[in-house]
Amino acid sequence: MDIARFTRPSASEWQIPATGRMRVPAILYGDEDLIRGLDDKVAEQAMNVATLPGIVKASYAMPDAHWGYGFPIGGVAAFDEAEGGVISAGGVGFDISCGVRALYTGLKTHDLEGRREALATALYHAIPAGLGSTGHIHLNARQMDEMLAGGAQWAVAQGYGNEADLERVEERGRMPGADPAKVSQHARKRQQDEMGTLGSGNHYLEVQRVAEIFDEDIAHRYGIQEDDVLISIHCGSRGLGHQIGMEFLKRMVLAAPGFGIELPDRELACAPIRSDLGRDYLGAMRAAINCALANRQIITHLARQAAQEVIPGITLPLFYDVSHNTCKEETHIVDGRERRLFVHRKGATRALGPGHEALPAAFREVGQPVLVGGSMGTSSHILAGTRESAHHAFSSACHGAGRAMSRSAAKKRWRGRDIVEELGRRGIVIRGHSLRGIAEEAPLAYKDVDQVVDSTDHAGLARKVARLEPLICIKG
Amino acid sequence: MGMGATTKITPRWEHFSHESDIGIRGLAGTLEEAFVQAALGLTAVITGVADVSPRERIGIECAGDDSEILLLDWINALIYEMATRKMLFSRFSVTFTGDGLQGEAWGEPIDAAKHHPAVEIKGATFTELKVCRDKQGTWVAQCVVDV
Repeated sequence: MDIARFTRPSASEWQIPATGRMRVPAILYGDEDLIRGLDDKVAEQAMNVATLPGIVKASYAMPDAHWGYGFPIGGVAAFDEAEGGVISAGGVGFDISCGVRALYTGLKTHDLEGRREALATALYHAIPAGLGSTGHIHLNARQMDEMLAGGAQWAVAQGYGNEADLERVEERGRMPGADPAKVSQHARKRQQDEMGTLGSGNHYLEVQRVAEIFDEDIAHRYGIQEDDVLISIHCGSRGLGHQIGMEFLKRMVLAAPGFGIELPDRELACAPIRSDLGRDYLGAMRAAINCALANRQIITHLARQAAQEVIPGITLPLFYDVSHNTCKEETHIVDGRERRLFVHRKGATRALGPGHEALPAAFREVGQPVLVGGSMGTSSHILAGTRESAHHAFSSACHGAGRAMSRSAAKKRWRGRDIVEELGRRGIVIRGHSLRGIAEEAPLAYKDVDQVVDSTDHAGLARKVARLEPLICIKG
Repeated sequence: MGMGATTKITPRWEHFSHESDIGIRGLAGTLEEAFVQAALGLTAVITGVADVSPRERIGIECAGDDSEILLLDWINALIYEMATRKMLFSRFSVTFTGDGLQGEAWGEPIDAAKHHPAVEIKGATFTELKVCRDKQGTWVAQCVVDV
């Protein structure tokens, strides 16, 4: 991308002033190399978001931004309902509340010696993944309603995990304001057999080692030391979220002219927060957040059972759980004034700074853990929310590496079997349901996650705490 | 001349690039066949079409008169049927009824060992959604699907 178009308030901040129909500026975060490498489409999409009614301060793009649907992936935008603000199904995405949770194992890398293959196999068999896989839990209509209203709290009450887990999940595991009645029969049907399934594509379960610590103090507060083994789970709201996203996207596209909203791109479809459609989406989307939280909670339970088969007595306590495709009502200070805003994070992680009341007591002094997943076979990162992040993009940070190459190009370039062998030579055990899927998820098909988190750190969006390397990777 | 020229167009599907996802495109001499080809392109995102035996038939109906919205609904209906029936499809038919579309899909239950399914499709999107006829008379039916 040509950087001449930007003004540059700071080294990591690239601003496009509000022109034409833009109501606010668009601001991209990242080091110069990253911004130069960005597709023009990302800036165009961030500028389009800036035209939407009721947007506050600016339309933002995180350092891992890439071309999305209407909103860029890595996009953050907040809306004020009192100023005609809107909610957008495309601004949340199809995989509602897709996210990452990390579990402590209490193990060091050498504790896995001789047991790595057995652990990989146990996890692979315990957690249904891949297209057509079916979970072991089948919900009737009443149970589905309870799950949609109760999230991870519901899952814990059913025996999947324990109370202590909930302290370590955003919203204590239950998104308030969910309205299961707004979740269609089709969405329910799609979820019927999918509770406790991982999905496919870029979703995974990884066993990882802490390879490097960047901030000893925060790592200590997070309970993490070098060479510790963690388990990370990346997945979302499964078929239910996909169906809700799709249905409301269409409803919003068809309804937009009636709301007098001119869309530069149909995928930006949205509805005023204060409209029946806006409220319906909010209720259904929050129910989908609960579905994702319940799903990750159930998978945690399955992972614990599987790990205990191989390592008796292991407990896998929850470190933290973050979501990165959401719209949440939050309080932010804008120009010295406290305001309730609906913050869309599409492929962006909330990154609350130290002292925030929503954080569990254990992390309140140091800020929220921000879990950033890499691509298969590459590093993942743990960052911490900063105080200054509140002055940037409503306390938001990056969420992952972001694709650098299309799936078809990746499939043409690599063979799944070669990738499994190559990662094997590096000591990484891969268990996948599809070699074709593994080729499409080739490590080099993604941007360099290390560069993305460096940019996030430099921009002050979140602080680098630790880098993780994969030991075992279970793919859908 | 229209009919004579269009019948010579070989129906086909292709994929086109999108940074994080994938585009499906059906090309044919008739709108119906372009919808069929787009559906074959959809299956090809997941697996080889030839690997799926058309053993069971299911019916699909979509209402509406906007051809682009109908394409979106047709593809989304197929995604829904694949997800809930745990099936893959390799043969399709489409008829326009004036107030919508009547379609059929033939396929079989997903068998991981046989189909090696690459990826699950979340939904069809409005990105690059287009139903039109080009200068040579070829009908084009395309959209990006989120995977």
